[in-house]
Amino acid sequence: MTYEQLLTQTATADDKYIVMTAENRALVRNIPSVLGNRFVDTGITEQTMVGAAAGLALRGRVPVVHALTSFLTMRAFEFIRTDVGIPSLPVKLSGFIPGFLSDGNGPTHQALEDISLMRGIPNMEVYAPADEDDLVKMLPYIWSTPRPAYVRINTRTTDYIHSDYEPGKAEIVATGTDITFLTYGLMFEQCLQAMKHLKQEGKSVGLINFRSLKPFDESALLQAVADSKLLITVEDHFLTGGLYTIVAETLLKHKTTADVIPFALAEKWFKPALLPDVLKYEGFTGKQIAEEILGYKIHTEETVMQAPAFAE
Amino acid sequence: MNLHTTTTFKHLEDIALKVRSHVVKMATNGGCFIGASLSAVDVLVYLYTEYLNIHSANLNDPERDYLLLSKGHDVPALYGTFVELGLLEGDRLGNHLLLDDHIYWHPNVKIKGVEFHSGSLGHLPSVAIGIAIDIKLRNGKNKVVCVLGDGELNEGTCWEAALVANAYKLDNLIFVIDRNQFQANMATEDLIPLEPLKDKFESFGAVVRRIDGHDFAQIDEAFSALPFEEGKLQVIIADTIRGKGLPSIERRADRWFCNFTTDEIEQLLQELYGEPQAFLTSNTLVVR
Repeated sequence: MTYEQLLTQTATADDKYIVMTAENRALVRNIPSVLGNRFVDTGITEQTMVGAAAGLALRGRVPVVHALTSFLTMRAFEFIRTDVGIPSLPVKLSGFIPGFLSDGNGPTHQALEDISLMRGIPNMEVYAPADEDDLVKMLPYIWSTPRPAYVRINTRTTDYIHSDYEPGKAEIVATGTDITFLTYGLMFEQCLQAMKHLKQEGKSVGLINFRSLKPFDESALLQAVADSKLLITVEDHFLTGGLYTIVAETLLKHKTTADVIPFALAEKWFKPALLPDVLKYEGFTGKQIAEEILGYKIHTEETVMQAPAFAE
Repeated sequence: MNLHTTTTFKHLEDIALKVRSHVVKMATNGGCFIGASLSAVDVLVYLYTEYLNIHSANLNDPERDYLLLSKGHDVPALYGTFVELGLLEGDRLGNHLLLDDHIYWHPNVKIKGVEFHSGSLGHLPSVAIGIAIDIKLRNGKNKVVCVLGDGELNEGTCWEAALVANAYKLDNLIFVIDRNQFQANMATEDLIPLEPLKDKFESFGAVVRRIDGHDFAQIDEAFSALPFEEGKLQVIIADTIRGKGLPSIERRADRWFCNFTTDEIEQLLQELYGEPQAFLTSNTLVVR
């Protein structure tokens, strides 16, 4: 099932749902004809869309709003924080092309602080699915709650079949005694690759998909600290405010520490190009990550990630 | 301006005078945005007394009308009106800025009758759009009034909202502009000129009337004529005077946020009821 199919099915079955967009229709192209006037496109007005979503929520609706995530989480930040966050209204934010998924657009469109911004808002929940399968497994829960939520939309398909979504829980993909990858979103796929390479080099490797970043599954992290000698955080996000920061905060809270190596964008935007080239240039392919951890080159073939099918 | 209101509106003038006295009493022990509150009193008193289907028994009724105070810093005028309507106990205004109540410089939904918090300018036009769209979806007859300051119109989101309201033909949505000619520290026309304001809204697709916002006959005539034209955003520009009712602070750029002494408050209350102008010695500009 695709994102659009799930949204169509959900919104058709219950008229409390309003589908909104700030003229970003990539994910909802076929919905206007199905939902009629419960589809509201406010034009290129992220702030007005979010404010209007708050108004609709006051009237008992659950708006699912769509925009490019850089404009949704930054242009409309104060509207999200003030009109959705303060009253804790059930507005569901779908941020499109976050992180590396905005591959060729340049820094104006690169949302690399969305996790940091959204998790800083009291009451706001933050989700980052690894792929479309992960996404459609978590959305029914996210859309059903009376709370505000931000979803870092990722509709890429992968071969991986995820476990069912359990509220607030991470997905423990594998456990290992040497190294455990902590990741979310698009980089999940590369961490699977990195894990494969490291296993071939004789390492015992774990992988945790932090599909829910807020609430955060602290026990999954603490278990990884106990099991594994080295933790690796991998995220297409600024180093500040994302998973690496969450890990640091959580370890401090539990008066513990660990050896952690972060893969993130430190004080920089990424070089615009097509996605596979971006990953390679920035050193985020599974093979590059494995080599960085090992400290030497490996000679197995690399699985090249496919470029996205969309441009926005 | 026209001060020759008919006796028909005497009861509103009486209420407005009491509301103004509530506002004045809140301008001490920490102070309040007195000037911008006094300019909005007459429109608010009219709306709650004569126009809006809002009363203590229907505050959660989905069929009620909505008033959204986007220029939230005039909340003393709203709370003063609530007291005169019986929505709020009068002695609670004495809790202004006290920790054990929720009465402070901007609206809080914990005060019965407040639909939504505000304070950050340019937000409630869009929230009002969401409410108005839902009412249309349900074929409701209720009206949504959004009160905006003129300085607030500097915010681009007010105009963004006008575009969207026009696109969705929200004739159940009424923007009331409290045109008191001042931004925080400056006259609007000296800083970011707004005129011709009626033309601006009309060019965005709205239908607009401009009235004297202190003349109940004109206020009544305008609101009774709504919708001026179906399928359009309704805009009423209410020309008002910042500090209205207190000649000692009227139209003064330096009387925006005021924190007066108890003695000055006494003098201002007398001035409100027709005594000579107060002699004000406290800091003339307490900028927030």
